[in-house]
Amino acid sequence: MIVTIASGKGGTGKTTVTVNLAAIAPVSDIQVFDCDVEEPNSHIYLKPENITTQEISTMIPVVDKELCNLCGECEKLCQFSAIALIAGKIMTFPEMCHSCRGCAMVCPEGAINEGKRVLGSLLEGKNQRGIELIWGELRVGEAMSPPLIKQVKQRINPEKFSFVDAPPGTSCPAIETLRDSDFAILVSEPTPFGLNDLALTVEVLKKLNVPTGIVINRADTSEPTSSVQGSMPDTIIDEYAEKEGIEILQKFPFSREAARVSSKGLLLVDEMPEMKKLFQELYDKIMSRLDAIKEKNPAKQAEGTMS
Amino acid sequence: MKVAISSSGTTLDSALDPRFGRAANFLIVDTDTMEVEVKENTQNLNLPQGAGIQAGKTVAESGAQAVITGNCGPKAFNVLQMAGIKVVTGIQGTVKEAIEKFKQDELEFSQAPNVEGHWV
Amino acid sequence: MKELTVISGKGGTGKTSVTASLATLAPNRIVIDADVDAANLFLTLEHEVLEKESFEGGHKAMIDEALCTRCGECLERCQFDAVSEVPDNHDAVSNISGEADTASKGSGTVHTVSDKSGKFVIDPVSCEGCGVCVHFCPADAISFERQICGEKYISKTANGPMIHARLGIAEENSGLLVSQLRQKAKEMAIKEKIPMIITDGPPGIGCPVIASVSNADAVLIVTEPTQSGMHDMARVKKLADQMNAAVYLCVNKADLNPEATDEIKKFCHENGISFAGEIPFDRDVIESMKAGKSLVTFSQGPASVAVKNVWQNVLSFMEKRMDRLT
Repeated sequence: MIVTIASGKGGTGKTTVTVNLAAIAPVSDIQVFDCDVEEPNSHIYLKPENITTQEISTMIPVVDKELCNLCGECEKLCQFSAIALIAGKIMTFPEMCHSCRGCAMVCPEGAINEGKRVLGSLLEGKNQRGIELIWGELRVGEAMSPPLIKQVKQRINPEKFSFVDAPPGTSCPAIETLRDSDFAILVSEPTPFGLNDLALTVEVLKKLNVPTGIVINRADTSEPTSSVQGSMPDTIIDEYAEKEGIEILQKFPFSREAARVSSKGLLLVDEMPEMKKLFQELYDKIMSRLDAIKEKNPAKQAEGTMS
Repeated sequence: MKVAISSSGTTLDSALDPRFGRAANFLIVDTDTMEVEVKENTQNLNLPQGAGIQAGKTVAESGAQAVITGNCGPKAFNVLQMAGIKVVTGIQGTVKEAIEKFKQDELEFSQAPNVEGHWV
Repeated sequence: MKELTVISGKGGTGKTSVTASLATLAPNRIVIDADVDAANLFLTLEHEVLEKESFEGGHKAMIDEALCTRCGECLERCQFDAVSEVPDNHDAVSNISGEADTASKGSGTVHTVSDKSGKFVIDPVSCEGCGVCVHFCPADAISFERQICGEKYISKTANGPMIHARLGIAEENSGLLVSQLRQKAKEMAIKEKIPMIITDGPPGIGCPVIASVSNADAVLIVTEPTQSGMHDMARVKKLADQMNAAVYLCVNKADLNPEATDEIKKFCHENGISFAGEIPFDRDVIESMKAGKSLVTFSQGPASVAVKNVWQNVLSFMEKRMDRLT
């Protein structure tokens, strides 16, 4: 089963939820995937050991000038201006290439060979609890993260239980991560920004046909409040969830102590018994939702990209 | 000698377009006769990516031996270099003014692109 | 004209709240919301939309069922697993896939080409717009149209225009959209002689971030004193260096972990980053957001005072840089 933790807005506590859920899970063969390859952070909390690193690259064309007859077919096909016939020479622009292989397919002379552009690294390690963490790290300066996310996700073992930490936003990287998930947890906060971005992400998940639940972080205002009263109640997410018919799986209160613990790279379930209880409840709720999903749709497991 | 100038309009009095890849037009000016040929660049204005590359190609095919423009990114610069076309960047004013300066050798050729690519 | 882009690497550090305040403090500026797939700036800056324009992204391939001969060429060639073969009868979907090998979940390879058994469809979300299937389709059955995938806006605010956008749900090309917003802003700034453009950048370091930072004079990193914040700050700093932008930094919620804040200051000192100030944790930040106002408009509390200080520092850093350049 694949459970993906996502949020439209950044900084709502996605990674905190992912790593603490993983830490509390009794399952021994659990895998955590950090697909926020632009800024991966799960390893800071899960502290994997014996880390192995593998360079991940994507295919780019390399033209064999001996074989090339300068017909320009490749340029005509390429939608990304990654290959062009200029002043009687073929030029390639590797950073523009989307690796569709169209140029190689269309070349009548077989003059296009496979080269590579480094996207980033795939890292993996296991921590002392036995949690396996697999994550990607995009090379700084590389624009395309989805192909790297795809590579990270290829390591998902369907026999095992996986928690996947998604990147923020609602465009390509988030979508690449969320597709094929069995269940998505959306971490939000009761602010106008939080609600706005939550609603966008819910639309994405509807489109991808992934069942969803909401976790509200910093759900209360028990801290000494502001000198001026705000105009919006803290129940905006509850109201939205009710309207959309989405279950609220858990609410975490705002806590300076939790912010402090997390800021040091420590796990809330280790340091704060009251947080551990909340995470345990959340975990149990997710498990019962997953059981219901399995029962309702036993074929979902094998459906692959068809949904 | 033929010189290509990125231009917001179609005459010598038009303002030079500071953009190379997404310039409205290229005026191909013969510096001896001051004859002007207009190459529209509208097809590149809305191109999702690679406008600089395509514009470079347009200029290369026009037979121009030098380009005068405002900003030229790395990919367009590469294309022009490959085609043996010299590039002058950072120029403002009208097309005519640019040509006059060029004829009086007041302009200096760039050795490198003067802006980052747009990456898309 | 100067261009300042506010970025953070990590999301949720308070980038948009800081940008909204800077855009309120700057007397004459254009502000851009470049976080196009989760735009929030419009929620805190009072504005009136003056102009709307649709945003055209890349092409998408679509199979015309009437022309398709079901040869499967497109499925074979697509590198993005966007083509699948589905049975004509939709009720049979779950049945057929239920029998497939569970190990191949998600790979898309379960759908092998079988003799004229089903129709071929292209998933628009997976389609990269490369056009390979279009080119190789022997029946010319695949169309390839540019897609409208969002909307761009020019709005009026108290201190100048705001340029923002809304990217459609599950749409791509956010980097292109950001480039277009910045291009528009530059044209307006030159035409209307507006001396400054402030851009609220997206989180991360990928395509739309690169598009937000390229050719900016300076970036202001808004970070927070956490392990994650520090990890991400180092990566965006590297990106800003590659883009030749001057780098300034401020620490939000600085008092939540004073040791980490000190560590960040040290990092700035060692890496040539101009330190623009600390902003304390202050509930007024959230309250101002809830009230739909920028922090400096809403509150005179400690965070508001600190943000004003950050702005003064950023201004003086930018002036110094301009002196050096000219």
